[in-house]
Amino acid sequence: MSGARAKIMDSIRRGLHRGAPDEAARAECEARLARHASGPIPARGQLDSEGQVALFAKMAEGVSATVERLEGYEDVPAAVARYLKANNLPAEIRLAPAPMVAQLDWSSQPLIEVTAGASDGSHKVGLSPAFAGVAETATLMMVSGPEAPTTLNFLPDHHLILLPRSRLFGAYEEAWARLRAGYGEGEMPRTVNLVTGPSRSADIGHVPQLGAHGPRRLHILIVDDEAAPER
Amino acid sequence: MQTTAHRFTEKASAALADRELQGMLQQMRVHVPERRQAAVDALPEFETLRDRGRAIKDHVIANLDFYLERFEAKVTAAGGKVHWCADAAEARDTILGICRKAGARTVTKGKTMVGEEIAINAHLERHGMIPVETDLGEYIIQLRDEPPSHIIAPSFHVSAAQVADTFLEHHTHLDPKRPLGDIADLLSEARGILRSRFLAADVGITGANFLVAETGSTVIVTNEGNGDLTQTLPGVHIVLAGIEKVVPTLEDASTIMRILARSATGQEMSVYTTFSTGPRRPEDPDGPAEYHVVLLDNGRSAVLGTEFQDLLRCIRCGACLDHCPIYHAVGGHSYGSVYGGPIGAALTPALVGLEKSLDLPNASTLCGRCESVCPMRIPLPKMLRNWREAAFDRHLMPARARWGLKLWAFLAKRPALYRRISGAGARFLAWRGGKAGRIASLPFAGGWTRWRDLPAPEGETFQARWRRERGGA
Ligand code: SF4
Repeated sequence: MSGARAKIMDSIRRGLHRGAPDEAARAECEARLARHASGPIPARGQLDSEGQVALFAKMAEGVSATVERLEGYEDVPAAVARYLKANNLPAEIRLAPAPMVAQLDWSSQPLIEVTAGASDGSHKVGLSPAFAGVAETATLMMVSGPEAPTTLNFLPDHHLILLPRSRLFGAYEEAWARLRAGYGEGEMPRTVNLVTGPSRSADIGHVPQLGAHGPRRLHILIVDDEAAPER
Repeated sequence: MQTTAHRFTEKASAALADRELQGMLQQMRVHVPERRQAAVDALPEFETLRDRGRAIKDHVIANLDFYLERFEAKVTAAGGKVHWCADAAEARDTILGICRKAGARTVTKGKTMVGEEIAINAHLERHGMIPVETDLGEYIIQLRDEPPSHIIAPSFHVSAAQVADTFLEHHTHLDPKRPLGDIADLLSEARGILRSRFLAADVGITGANFLVAETGSTVIVTNEGNGDLTQTLPGVHIVLAGIEKVVPTLEDASTIMRILARSATGQEMSVYTTFSTGPRRPEDPDGPAEYHVVLLDNGRSAVLGTEFQDLLRCIRCGACLDHCPIYHAVGGHSYGSVYGGPIGAALTPALVGLEKSLDLPNASTLCGRCESVCPMRIPLPKMLRNWREAAFDRHLMPARARWGLKLWAFLAKRPALYRRISGAGARFLAWRGGKAGRIASLPFAGGWTRWRDLPAPEGETFQARWRRERGGA
């Protein structure tokens, strides 16, 4: 409806008592976009790495997520096995096809059936890498791509997440900066999910319940990696 | 949605007499403000963030055309399509057109207040499609064929027992003797039913909390994850958003995110905040093949440059409803408009016309709580006062109210007469109040005294007492 577009633009400009934005106004807006300056950053997340891990764990507990700390990627399969057993789950897991996950050696857990790819709703437990974590509110930044299906973030009942410690930041803005470094200025993957705890709803009887449509449980494995993984 | 905003008085009376509703509102009065306050207290930067949020929105409003153009260019570059719609009818037809082209039979929907504003469900139904609300609250009221009663908690007025009855009535393929006494049972049942709807849908429609000009992203904020399943599983994703939702950058969106969840639900952060940019990429394993953004004006641009311009800063958090004594007393349905509470009372006249919503600006005590909690610092009481003045100036007020105001103005300009008459009134009311000091019914004030007693004055006007105690007029 290009007629509507012109009509709306006219109406906006009439309301603002001007025509199309002049050079100066454009330049100001362009500069503001290019700067993408941060607003006030809460002091609470501005800690050293250990402090951020502690804050992340505390905030995660507040939103009913669970956190486990691992010394290296080699500990992941055993941690998954413990989780499945503790929650009486079948020995099956659906993995995101990401290098960080593909490199895991499952030979120590021969009983676990491991498959990789997107989810069609038939998987009870999924495992995905987080692009970043934000200590301020225990938020995970999940990005879509060939290595990270979005369906895995929402369809399985239990969602396990690998968060490299080197990707844990204090504030959302730091995670955006890391994303820009990987994808380019003004560019985004199709989907970025900021996830803070398991799915919930208070729509029935005003009582908060976990597991409305998305995962009922969110279990985060913070891995002490040496260096940041590739993009 | 058909507005019934002209029937406020009648609906409010019914709400006051509804004991179940009153019980739920009673709960809200205390707990909801407490939760927000706790979240605010836990973030020392909250007030600074509010100032910044307001400044971001004011900058966008002053450059709205620039940012909308940039947003459109970025959406297009990412492979999506922007559809501009001047009014509700255009938006309905645009969406119907996209659904038809996709050969859609079922259409899942994330929560969208703009969807309510343009009454998209009825339109799709009329054309043979089945819209399925997936936000739990929206799903419940869709089954019950009711409008939302709160911006962010649409089924606020429905008790758990009523939800059980509704599910029994509609989910007839399930055992009628199944246990539905626990909220967990109800949630599981809805989850199971909606899961199959998500997987079967041909088109998914969501709203948007923000549009990001820098990247061409649309942003939804939910706790359930329903919006994400709605937009990830079907082949077509349609985003429906008002033109005022655009912000410049990801950082700007982050600033406002920090005040949104805390103001809305008292959460530090909502569970899912999702940024979507274009359709799925060739190498993506999932996601929609088509991505459409329907931008709706519907009266918004006409507010620019008027005394109501600040309304465009609203982020629909619902805090003004949660803290409004009138909303607490009469609930959301009384307003008879898509948007209830103080924001609804201020916005509805701008969207549907003052003559159709005359009562709404009067549905306020102007106590100022809404403005004090509004994260965007919108001067709601001032706007309601502006609407009242506009109603008076345009001769839209009922004769009795006009006559009453004129009489008061006549007296106010004549202090001696005013003192004599108000003194007599105070003595009369004191006599009526008797020892208890309360008046249970009064001629011409039945609307007041039916629901509460009028405290009787102590037989003297304020002015008289001031003179007596401080000496001199
Ligand atoms: S007017 Fe303010 S408090 Fe009310 S919904 Fe809008 S942003 Fe929230």
